[in-house]
Amino acid sequence: MASLGVRPLLGAASDPGAQVLAADGAPNPWFDPSYVTDNWHTIVGHLGQHVRLTVGAVLLGTLLALPLALLARRTRLLSGPVLGLSSVVYTIPSLAMFAFLAPLTGPLSATTVLIGLTLYTLVILVRNFLAGLQAVPDDVREAARGMGYGPARLFLRVDLPLALPAFMAGLRIATVSTVALVTVGVITGNGGLGQLIVGGFNANFYRAEIVTGAVGCVLLALLADVLLAGVERALTPWTRARA
Amino acid sequence: MSAVGDAVVYLNDPLTWTRRGGVLDLLGEHLAISAAAVVAAAALALPAGVLLGRSGRGAGGIVVLSNVSRAVPTLALLTVFAVTPIGFSDAATIVALAVFAVPPMLTNTFVGFREVDRDVREAARAMGMSRGQLLRRVEFPLALPLVATGVRTAAVQVVATATLAALVGGGGLGRIINLGFGQQDLGQIIAGAVLVAALALLTELVLVLVSWAVTPGPRRLPLLGVRGGPAGQPEPTASGVPL
Repeated sequence: MASLGVRPLLGAASDPGAQVLAADGAPNPWFDPSYVTDNWHTIVGHLGQHVRLTVGAVLLGTLLALPLALLARRTRLLSGPVLGLSSVVYTIPSLAMFAFLAPLTGPLSATTVLIGLTLYTLVILVRNFLAGLQAVPDDVREAARGMGYGPARLFLRVDLPLALPAFMAGLRIATVSTVALVTVGVITGNGGLGQLIVGGFNANFYRAEIVTGAVGCVLLALLADVLLAGVERALTPWTRARA
Repeated sequence: MSAVGDAVVYLNDPLTWTRRGGVLDLLGEHLAISAAAVVAAAALALPAGVLLGRSGRGAGGIVVLSNVSRAVPTLALLTVFAVTPIGFSDAATIVALAVFAVPPMLTNTFVGFREVDRDVREAARAMGMSRGQLLRRVEFPLALPLVATGVRTAAVQVVATATLAALVGGGGLGRIINLGFGQQDLGQIIAGAVLVAALALLTELVLVLVSWAVTPGPRRLPLLGVRGGPAGQPEPTASGVPL
């Protein structure tokens, strides 16, 4: 009798038409305010890590990219390899990048993610910084030198203001793409909001958690972009003089 | 470095490659998913790019689209499509990858067709060409280099991001890295990274050669072509972000 009772159940499970995803069994809303309020501290924790990794990578990338771009501008001999190497780094998928770094910095450490992200921002920033510096007219630099500007003053008073729009454009691209890339850090357990995306996926396809993570990433990227656009506006008042 | 040694041992084992679910199987799966995504995206983006480019309208929309797509993490879309009714399958991966392949193709096709010289168009009309002939014999050959760049950028991006599918249970070469991290096996992590990075670089190389071969007009050797033009100029229409 008992075996008979079991039979229809087995039949239902092996029938492909009747298969149901676990996701369809329980209510699984796309967004759930109570998830956000109940898990506020977890979300804020991941958000904090996301912001720290992004800011760290962009800052480190800027600090390294500026001298490299200045060096590369001096001679074609240097700019060729710098650009060639940077396009190779571009092409390496982020997951592979983190994997390459894992034996050096530990497969479960946030440093792995930070270094990987820094390499990517470095590549974007060097290209944009170099483009900005190369667009500074030679006549202008010549004139400044003729007026007795030393190298430091030449950079601060002539190169930097003229190249600033290109610098900021590079910073914005680097920041926005870094915010998106942090999620891949989930492979090391340090993915910021990416932890929510993959965590929700692993928690039986829990949509509210996935969507919270995904929407959080996009909002963070947009917020960072708007902030940097504001900074750019504040730093370059002369570009609006005509309008 | 014992990790590198382990990686060599792993890659040198014929069974690693030929067993069921081994490297060759995963590679086949990876390429099939990537090809499907690129074809699907091209079917949508190329005609749309041609139409918009010829009419010269929609530039603002395309810029917004490519900027927004930069802010959305690939991982988020891969996960979100897997929990929609499409279900947890290769189809979800293909749809997510195709979504990211559309912006580079659309932008490049749009720019390629928009930038066709107005005088050339007019001359062709004056010679009695119909709109169809104009498209096939004048505009298409002139736009081809940029269109090819768009397809190449998108394809390399798809091959690179297909590795992320492994983070949410999908197939492809990313699985080796994911498994390596799961087992804290540094050798396997490195081996996976080498395979994934090599595939991405190889795809780029092959597609550069292909687009060089199909582009009409005077030819420069593809890999030397970088030297021409101002160094440090970021490619205006490539997606220009790490993957």
